[in-house]
Amino acid sequence: MNNSVIDIKNLKVQYGDNTVLHNVSASIPKNKITVILGGSGCGKTTLIKSVLKLHHPTSGSINIFGNETINLSDEDFVPYLKEVGMLFQNGALLNSISVADNVAIPLEQHTNLPKPIIDRIIRVKLELVNLSHAIHLFPSELSGGMKKRAALSRAIALDPKILFCDEPSAGLDPITSENLDNLIIKLKNQLNMTIVIVTHELASIHRIADEIIFLDKGYVLYQGTLNDAKKARIPELNRFFSVGTY
Amino acid sequence: MSININMKDKTISFKGSLTFENVNTYYEKLNKSKIKDINIIDLQNLELIDSSGIALIDNIIHNSVSNTTLNNVPKQIQDAIHTFSSKNISLSPPVPKTRPLEKAGELVYNAMLDLKSFVFLTSEIVILSITGIFNRKGQRKGSILQQCLLLGVDSVGIISLLSFILGFILALQSAAQLRQFGANIFVADLLAISMVREMGPMMTAIIVAGRSGSSIASEIATMKVTEEIDALKTMAINPVQYIMVPKFIAITVCMPLLVTISVSVGIIGGLTIAVTYLDLSVASFFHQLFSTLTIKDEIIGLSKSFFFAWNIVLVACFYGLKVEGGAEGVGIVTTKSVVAAIFGVIIFDAIFSLFYMI
Repeated sequence: MNNSVIDIKNLKVQYGDNTVLHNVSASIPKNKITVILGGSGCGKTTLIKSVLKLHHPTSGSINIFGNETINLSDEDFVPYLKEVGMLFQNGALLNSISVADNVAIPLEQHTNLPKPIIDRIIRVKLELVNLSHAIHLFPSELSGGMKKRAALSRAIALDPKILFCDEPSAGLDPITSENLDNLIIKLKNQLNMTIVIVTHELASIHRIADEIIFLDKGYVLYQGTLNDAKKARIPELNRFFSVGTY
Repeated sequence: MSININMKDKTISFKGSLTFENVNTYYEKLNKSKIKDINIIDLQNLELIDSSGIALIDNIIHNSVSNTTLNNVPKQIQDAIHTFSSKNISLSPPVPKTRPLEKAGELVYNAMLDLKSFVFLTSEIVILSITGIFNRKGQRKGSILQQCLLLGVDSVGIISLLSFILGFILALQSAAQLRQFGANIFVADLLAISMVREMGPMMTAIIVAGRSGSSIASEIATMKVTEEIDALKTMAINPVQYIMVPKFIAITVCMPLLVTISVSVGIIGGLTIAVTYLDLSVASFFHQLFSTLTIKDEIIGLSKSFFFAWNIVLVACFYGLKVEGGAEGVGIVTTKSVVAAIFGVIIFDAIFSLFYMI
């Protein structure tokens, strides 16, 4: 039985004449934390943005929850987006509204929950990332790390089935980073989330990764478990684990 | 999935799932039942819960008049409740509301602070611009020429087009009246005085404020938001001298030239009507025009252009540096800059009109 929530086959993405992803094939297993690794510019962010239709691939196939999505219109893709949360590299919070209002956006737009329940969910989601004190602040009043944590609260507001995180630990202190990793593990175990993370932090990878997809210059060099990755005879991958971080 | 409310035992039991899909239904059902006293919430038959379900349970416990206990909670649901419960999160204190008098005081205080920083910025730009003519250190090579091209040369097209249309309209509107009295030739007087003293400088200033003023404000604001200004400071480069002084010098040079172009093209627009509609000859039109115009009119028009230019560039630099936040802040200060610059142009024009009347 196929246990993956996302299946990518022969995906090719180009920016003009520059090919970023060359016939990439990978699958994201259900209720696991999959870490996408690779050097800068190898196409990690492009890969997850292509899955979310933020980039239009040149060719290939993307299958989400068993359905082909690559040719869906933006309108037809909306139900899939409601099941997905995305933490962007720079947070991407809306600057004109408060942190609480940012977290409230998906709750108000996609559910008919009453206000007291929405308020409770906002408080819980902000507390989970240690930001309940910043509930009334505006994004411009937050530090880079705080913005990222607030953005994570927004991404998990609807308890999505799949959570994408683009470098969640970058710019965070080691303690906050570890707390964030623990939260990600809790989200997986307690809410059965499938989580896809782009990160370079080796400590974080060791803490959370169930599966690894290793990209190099737009090609998938490895997909498998972390333990098998260390044993694999792939020079680029071995170098990654021996050097520490890219 | 269902909810069972037992009023007698003061017990609520959930069955199936308690998620985003059904929380609102259960919330309304509980509200309709008007049950306030709940002793037990039984979760034995609950198979699935998410954060909205946990928020609903917290809400029930919070609103219950007696102590409520959770009974028969399955292990996984217990873990989820432990992680996602809002019970132990203290409410953050509400943001204190500002009273009207405090608000008024804050407005006045902020206005005074703004005025102070505007005066400081103006004096710094003016002093550095004067010394910058003799000593180019601290400025990027070729920056003044580059700014002249951006703020001046690139505006010539739009200013010429709009001034031609303006002169054309002025002549057309007045021609109909003048014709009734056989005073066709006075269209030249009207155009000369209105274009040189008022419409030329004013029209140019409004276009420059909208086009170049907004671009200066947004450029400086973006530089501040992306820490480019801080980067210059850490390299021991004065950002005012490096970024703003070339703009100030460039606009000081370009504005009178743009006004001259605007006046000339506006008069040509009026000439088109004079020749085609009022049957005047080109020679008689220009003879009348030059006999009407005095050096004083030229001085008024050109001196206005300097003040308008300085107003536009200083206001744009001031608002650009005042930016707070990110992209949103850039948009806000750009809009404020254009509005304030146009307002300043009109105020200066009124002052000039009063000054030259006396």
